[in-house]
Amino acid sequence: MSNKILQVKGLTTKYVTRFHEDVYAVDHVSLEIEEGKSLGIAGESGCGKSTLALSLMGYYFPPLHYISGEIMVDGKNISGMKPDDVRKSVLGTEIAYIPQAAMNALNPTRRIRRFVEDVILAHDPKADKKQISEMAEARFAELGLPASVLDRHPVELSGGMKQRTVIAISTILKPKVLIADEPSSALDVTSQKMVIKMLRDLMEKGYIRAMIFITHELPLLYNVTDDIMVMYAGQIVERGTAKQMVFDPIHPYSRGLMHSIIVPEAGTRGHKLSAIPGTPPNLKNPPQGCRFADRCQYVVPQCRVSPIPMITFDGTRTYRCGHSVAHLREVYSHDDA
Amino acid sequence: MTMHEPQSQSRAAGAPQTPADVHSRPLCLSGKGVTKVFGVGGKQTLAVDHVDFAFHEGELVSIVGESGSGKTTLAKMLLGLLSVTEGEISFQGKPRDIRTRRAKKEYWKGIQAIFQDPFSSFNVFNKIDTVLLDCIHMTGGRRLPYAEKTRLMEEACSFVNLKFAELTNKYPFELSGGQMQRLMIARVFLLKPKILLADEPTSMIDACSRATILDMLLQLRDEIGMTILFITHDIGLAYYISDSVYIMEHGRFVEHGTADEVICAPKAAYTKRLIGDVPKIYEPWDLSTV
Repeated sequence: MSNKILQVKGLTTKYVTRFHEDVYAVDHVSLEIEEGKSLGIAGESGCGKSTLALSLMGYYFPPLHYISGEIMVDGKNISGMKPDDVRKSVLGTEIAYIPQAAMNALNPTRRIRRFVEDVILAHDPKADKKQISEMAEARFAELGLPASVLDRHPVELSGGMKQRTVIAISTILKPKVLIADEPSSALDVTSQKMVIKMLRDLMEKGYIRAMIFITHELPLLYNVTDDIMVMYAGQIVERGTAKQMVFDPIHPYSRGLMHSIIVPEAGTRGHKLSAIPGTPPNLKNPPQGCRFADRCQYVVPQCRVSPIPMITFDGTRTYRCGHSVAHLREVYSHDDA
Repeated sequence: MTMHEPQSQSRAAGAPQTPADVHSRPLCLSGKGVTKVFGVGGKQTLAVDHVDFAFHEGELVSIVGESGSGKTTLAKMLLGLLSVTEGEISFQGKPRDIRTRRAKKEYWKGIQAIFQDPFSSFNVFNKIDTVLLDCIHMTGGRRLPYAEKTRLMEEACSFVNLKFAELTNKYPFELSGGQMQRLMIARVFLLKPKILLADEPTSMIDACSRATILDMLLQLRDEIGMTILFITHDIGLAYYISDSVYIMEHGRFVEHGTADEVICAPKAAYTKRLIGDVPKIYEPWDLSTV
């Protein structure tokens, strides 16, 4: 059995609004990542992807609150720690995070070298600045960034370059898990490819041991990650390998997502691009039964009665739907014809 | 396999169709030698370099290029927001005249735009009713009875799958990004311009809402006969939606033609690179070319 780097069991976190209403943005999420593997999280805006990323780091600041669940990084439990302890002993060394707007994360008045020093000195106040510089230069060169970047200000770099610099800085301490939250959605295709190449390099050279990649671009996930997990309204609705998820999605929501894919390949122009009608439910009072019931075209009255559990099938795949796999496959083949 | 087969060339019902006669229709917007130079003296930047183009009525044209290739500069020149350094733009067969404020206002009745960032497209102090009422007033409906105005606004909202009753008395920031972008399309629906310039309208919203927005653009073209200029860096999107594609590199059009010609048999090296850089599903994605 291979080594599990990240194990999450029943993680539940909530936002408290200013009217003291609870919004359960991450609801009993359990996941595991093995060493050397990457996991993609897909889903539309507002379904809890980014909240899950924040919750996984254990970085809870109001309005986000931790409720229950366990997060184990390489055997070390980090759930329920105070934000200060998290910053000292988890961020950067156990888990690193690349936020959505990473390009705006750099203070425009400081040189890149200072950011690298900051990260290292925060964990080891006695580190030698000269050694830090040498190490940073070596690491940047290895990841294909010119050493001159270190002496530049962030405004002198292009968007793609800034994004890659942020990735290089956040992984300088060899974190075990890297959480990348839409790192390439603001970039054009060429810069995006460079960012992906860099993340691949980090994995291959062993600077990170596992990766979580969050995006809504499915063709990208298919090419980048080993497994894909689909989230809807704070819950995981399906998980499988990238290939299974793209070519054989079982949950109606995953299937809806896969049908919104656009790729520039001959013949793909002929298919009808279908959007899932409606919007995600309000998580202040989520539906009692299946959360996707209101938008699902295969809904039956039983769907709305009680919460649907995760069901395992085909050995490793899991999904959350009231219908059986055989039934769904039959319905889909009927739809396609 | 629950997905479509990649090799099937037949168009499914509802998929975008190119009208057969689109390239023989009269020209809606054309340009000859359009150039834009920023800066003066020694620090000049050539943003758009002598481009020629011809967009037909009811055609959906995509302009594809990387960041910094001059797409948005060209769009701003077409809108009349930036002056043209050199060259001539013709609108409906006649040279465009936007020298006076009144002429510009007339021109903007014929050309409208949707921008990339829906959050900054609206005046934050105006309620949504005001936004839509303004459009009715602009098209000469100022003296209509209020019931008629409401009917028009409801019609526009239902065109973009929004409920007008839920929107009244709301401010734009109370909507989600996808809803705001749809509201922009509702504005366009009320104004019914000849040309719609969509500058990366889907790059800030998720893949699900993207399909809805694209469908609405196609509907605008088919039902109202609008010419749509779709500016994007995603060549997959351009392939899906457009009748003609223009590829832009460093301020020049390196290739143009119908969507099938350009994407399935690209000639320029730049087009090949752009297509190669997009993650794909049926073909392997080569990361070594970075």
